[in-house]
Amino acid sequence: MSRKIGDVILDLQNISLRFGGVKALTDISFNIREHEVRAIIGPNGAGKSSMLNVINGVYHPQDGKIFYRGVERKKMEPHMAASTGIARTFQNIALFKGMSVLDNIMTGRTLKMKSNMLLQALWLGPAQKEEIAHRRKVEEIIDFLEIQHIRKTPVGRLPYGLQKRVDLGRALAMEPQILLLDEPMAGMNVEEKQDMCRFILDVNDQFGTTIVLIEHDMGVVMDISDRVVVLDYGKKIGDGLPDEVRSSPEVIKAYLGAGH
Amino acid sequence: MLYRENGQFKTTYAADQQIFTIAQDKWFVLGVVAFAFLAVPMLADEYMFRAILIPFLILSLAALGVNLLVGYCGQITLGAGAFMAVGAYAAYNFLIRIDGMPLIGALLLGGLTSAGLGILFGIPSLRVRGLYLAVATLAAQFFCDWAFLRIKWFTNDSSSGSVSVSDLSVLGWVVDTPAEKYLFCLGFIVVFAMIAKNLTRATIGRQWMAIRDMDVAAEVIGIRPMYAKLSAFAVSSFFVGVAGALWGFVHLGSWEPAAFSVDRSFQLLFMVIIGGLGSILGSFVGAAFIVILPIFLNQFLPALGGLLGLHISTAAVSHAELIIFGSLIVFFLIVEPHGLARLWAIAKEKLRLWPFPH
Ligand SMILES: Nc1ncnc2c1ncn2[C@@H]1O[C@H](COP(=O)(O)OP(=O)(O)OP(=O)(O)O)[C@@H](O)[C@H]1O
Ligand SMILES: [Mg+2]
Repeated sequence: MSRKIGDVILDLQNISLRFGGVKALTDISFNIREHEVRAIIGPNGAGKSSMLNVINGVYHPQDGKIFYRGVERKKMEPHMAASTGIARTFQNIALFKGMSVLDNIMTGRTLKMKSNMLLQALWLGPAQKEEIAHRRKVEEIIDFLEIQHIRKTPVGRLPYGLQKRVDLGRALAMEPQILLLDEPMAGMNVEEKQDMCRFILDVNDQFGTTIVLIEHDMGVVMDISDRVVVLDYGKKIGDGLPDEVRSSPEVIKAYLGAGH
Repeated sequence: MLYRENGQFKTTYAADQQIFTIAQDKWFVLGVVAFAFLAVPMLADEYMFRAILIPFLILSLAALGVNLLVGYCGQITLGAGAFMAVGAYAAYNFLIRIDGMPLIGALLLGGLTSAGLGILFGIPSLRVRGLYLAVATLAAQFFCDWAFLRIKWFTNDSSSGSVSVSDLSVLGWVVDTPAEKYLFCLGFIVVFAMIAKNLTRATIGRQWMAIRDMDVAAEVIGIRPMYAKLSAFAVSSFFVGVAGALWGFVHLGSWEPAAFSVDRSFQLLFMVIIGGLGSILGSFVGAAFIVILPIFLNQFLPALGGLLGLHISTAAVSHAELIIFGSLIVFFLIVEPHGLARLWAIAKEKLRLWPFPH
């Protein structure tokens, strides 16, 4: 691989998250290195999605610290996490249903668009120029994801696999440093999965984007990730290279126990 | 020429971002606007202007404002009537209290005052939604009803609470006859419709829609809910406030607080539901529908009754009106939340493919 894995970009220390009596995450520590593909795996309800929600500020853990590029992060709202360069896709697609593919991806550029509302209201020069500049960028993403033919289609009308792709496109439009992907291949057929793997690897390779990936398909995880974290019932039960994790007795037990 | 975009290739993104990407649409709308400016003043009589066209234009503007908030940003308001009142009374006060205040200046300042209040009453939307937000905006309505009735300063100490404005003029043009008033309102509505269209195709409009469609995802990509929601309240209240000022100044001439009651708030909400949530065109269609339906029923039902040998009273007609509104609203909410405008869009889509259905 051409890319070089860098320093720790995000360091999670002793994270605990509870919902009332439910312990979603218990004392979890792991780190993410720049430019790597970091997988999070585990049985259903293990706390994987909750972990991503902690990283991008949707959930606020009761305990633990998060260091981003070596600086401790304060309690953070999702839009602030977004402005520090963290993007994500959703397990249950969370596209803007009333909008076209193009507009959905354009929303990903929001943070980068600066013209004020008056200029927008009158569609004056700077607002118009800005719109075109960002449209150009979004068209690059559309080309990259090979979805030119559906750019004007309302997302609600697209089949599931394409919706997942648009979801990825919207996140990519943010040009994130860290991209969190929550089961991007769930419910896809083999061919769609291959496409999605290719996109993820290309993003990682071409833009150097750090990827945190939740995925149930073990084949995919072993193929594309650099390091893997394993969660079970909110606890970390494994962390290491894909091969190490796969042969760990504890991980095998968790997976067999959960009926996999 | 067939109605479709085939053969109308866009070679630049700018061209693709035009308001109307299909040439026929553009010509159609330009035609309507030209007709409205040039032909209507010659064709319509005084009754048409006073009873139908002027109320239609002003209520379209208010409905447009409500639609930006409800249809585009997914918030709810039962206080639109109050913001019309704020616009009207604020514009009135700017006009009489500041020497040499031009008419248009007063109208816009009325809108701005309403926008400010809109932001204030929009703050609850940051914490609550749906029914609770509806109740909070209803509070705005009752607060304003009370304030304009009881605080005499707003009505320049008039004993009845009624105020009046006369001698409207813009840069020497005296807006006096019904046709002139119509043209004056038409100018406003054309400009504001353009503004609404521009906002909804720009980043702010996408932020509103993102909040409407999936607020968690919107926040995760960096949209600040506070900015998106409060800006929607501000812009919406601005539109509604200007409409209120026009309603007072141009349509009524003299008015009292009851002119902007909660009934008006509901009426505006019904307009956008029937016309089409999240559609500029829908705001006009909804306003037209609600202005014209009562007039139509007043003429049509007694005539129909006469044919059948029945006498239909005025009360029966107004009941029929309520029944029709009620059922239409239920119908649209359940079957077609995008209203009449959506039915129009479906028809256009069919036309775009015609005569090849696939
Ligand atoms: N908002 C919430 N409120 C209450 N409980 C929650 C919430 N979010 C997650 N949980 C609980 O936290 C636990 C972990 O859930 P999470 O969605 O993180 O699991 P997961 O590993 O992503 O599972 P899956 O593979 O099914 O997606 C579950 O018991 C879940 O019920
Ligand atoms: Mg999950």
